[in-house]
Amino acid sequence: MGRFLTRQLLLAIVVAVNVSLIGFAMLRLSGDLAQRIVGPEATAEQVETVRKSYGLDKPLVVQYVDWARDALHGDFGRSFFYNAQVSDLIAERLPVTMTLGLIGLALALLFAIPLGILAAVYAGSWLDRLALTGAVLGQAMPSFWIGLLLILLFGLQLGWLPVSGADDWQGYVMPSIVLGLYAAPALMRLTRSGMIDVLRSDYIRTARAKGLLPAEVVLKHGLRNALIPVVSIAAVQLGLLMGGSVVVESVFSIHGLGYLAWESISRADFPVVQSIVLTLAIMYVGLVFLSDVLNALLDPRLR
Amino acid sequence: MSKPATPAVATTAPESRPAPFRRLLKRIVGNSGTLVGGGLLLLIVLAALLGPVFYPQDPFAQDVANRIAEPFWNGGPAIHPLGTDTLGRDYLARLLYGGRISLLIGVLAVSMAAAIGVTLGLVAGYFGGRVDLVVRFLITTRLAMPVVLVALSVVATVGNSLTIVILVLGFLIWDRFAVVARTTAMQVRGIDYVKAARAVGSSHARIIFKEILPNISNGLIVVATVELANAILLEAALSFLGLGVQPPLPSWGLMIAEAKDYLFFSPWLITLPGIALVLLVLAINLLGDGVRDITAPSGTR
Repeated sequence: MGRFLTRQLLLAIVVAVNVSLIGFAMLRLSGDLAQRIVGPEATAEQVETVRKSYGLDKPLVVQYVDWARDALHGDFGRSFFYNAQVSDLIAERLPVTMTLGLIGLALALLFAIPLGILAAVYAGSWLDRLALTGAVLGQAMPSFWIGLLLILLFGLQLGWLPVSGADDWQGYVMPSIVLGLYAAPALMRLTRSGMIDVLRSDYIRTARAKGLLPAEVVLKHGLRNALIPVVSIAAVQLGLLMGGSVVVESVFSIHGLGYLAWESISRADFPVVQSIVLTLAIMYVGLVFLSDVLNALLDPRLR
Repeated sequence: MSKPATPAVATTAPESRPAPFRRLLKRIVGNSGTLVGGGLLLLIVLAALLGPVFYPQDPFAQDVANRIAEPFWNGGPAIHPLGTDTLGRDYLARLLYGGRISLLIGVLAVSMAAAIGVTLGLVAGYFGGRVDLVVRFLITTRLAMPVVLVALSVVATVGNSLTIVILVLGFLIWDRFAVVARTTAMQVRGIDYVKAARAVGSSHARIIFKEILPNISNGLIVVATVELANAILLEAALSFLGLGVQPPLPSWGLMIAEAKDYLFFSPWLITLPGIALVLLVLAINLLGDGVRDITAPSGTR
């Protein structure tokens, strides 16, 4: 297991460095940064001064190394728009996006695992068909559209929940449901197929033959093995949820990382955009590594 | 070319089975998802292609006297069966035209993604070793980049046009093609017919594209449907966020964005394009699931 995990960790680090390179290239290719910092009315001398003081006159390789050294110390530069460090902006917004992602994933699991187990135990029944139809339908619905429909029903017509912002817990309800609906279908299908495979296996037949109660067989003997892929995919899903947070956060005007990214993109505030892409990529790579660790812990064959 | 692998794919079929075509037909008819999905998709494609030809209203013409006209079930004017949008443009005409945009972007982006992903995957699976390592690294890097965010920033940087949206999507959704092509190429490369082709002196390129590719096409068709649905939903999300298809072109995602402020008083402006999106994606997914079930070795779920 040690060798496997070391290799995965190395891969994760190399990938993170690569994403940072891509992000850096994107930033430099987006135009004359010095011009952008001083604004369109500045004189040529002012542009030159800024170019010197920001180190933009150095070769690209040197610039990248400088940037990477600062980034490793948690210094991602300053925002073009806010008078603030990019790292402070991210630190302020990340908890919101993370909370949303975690609640969304928790909702999805709460919904998907029991439903997947039931669908597997009663495979072929009306319940199974209903669950599968629901999953296909859920996968077909764009999350920004579901968000708007929820706003219409619970926010505007019934007036139960706030239509935007996340100042208190109520603001998190609808966005988390949207994220949960996004993640649930895949998790449900995975639980179902895993459970069906497990229920066919010999050791379950033995457990049944011993005369254990059906519920005991399913929950105590079957679930653990059926959930191995679900757990590892759930970690990856969390990364996807956070990466996709830009859509949900813009629908509900929640000031998280995604919303900041969206605003910064429209303002050409590229240091912020670049750092957010990098942050999300590192989180994703970290979560994939976590899922490898979980896999190795849960599945004795990988140890 | 290392050890001879055991063939995972059955190479000879017992003679007692019915003719392959009839067997396939029977499986298609026996699979309700394929029928429903295929039928629905055909209907939507026909509506998108032929609808704007037969339906007389112009999707760009502004009927200023009839802004936000109600659809017929709310007693709206007969010339606009599904009402009009905030600029007085006929909603049915825009929905039909928007279907063309969705399908166009989806099909082109997926073709591009397939070309990239399948080539990378086949090369990695066939050669293995260092080549495989590089491709796996590329796949992991691609997966680590948040798709929507990267697409938004590239479109914002490079500029905004239909071509750019297609290119960006094509460059971002090739990963699944690569994974599937790689896995299957690895399984197939040890099988006799590939070794035979090598023995008679076929070039690597010829073996990869003439011998291996045709044999993994079933799996790739399934991936193509998944990614087509994915591309259409991504385009809708980008357009919804204002960095996809640009006005005055109608895209279903953009139509939803344009009507966002009228959600309470004119909800059909939101629900109709959304339903169109759901139906299209649903049809593609059902068809994809059906193809997977039909072509699976056992032929049943």
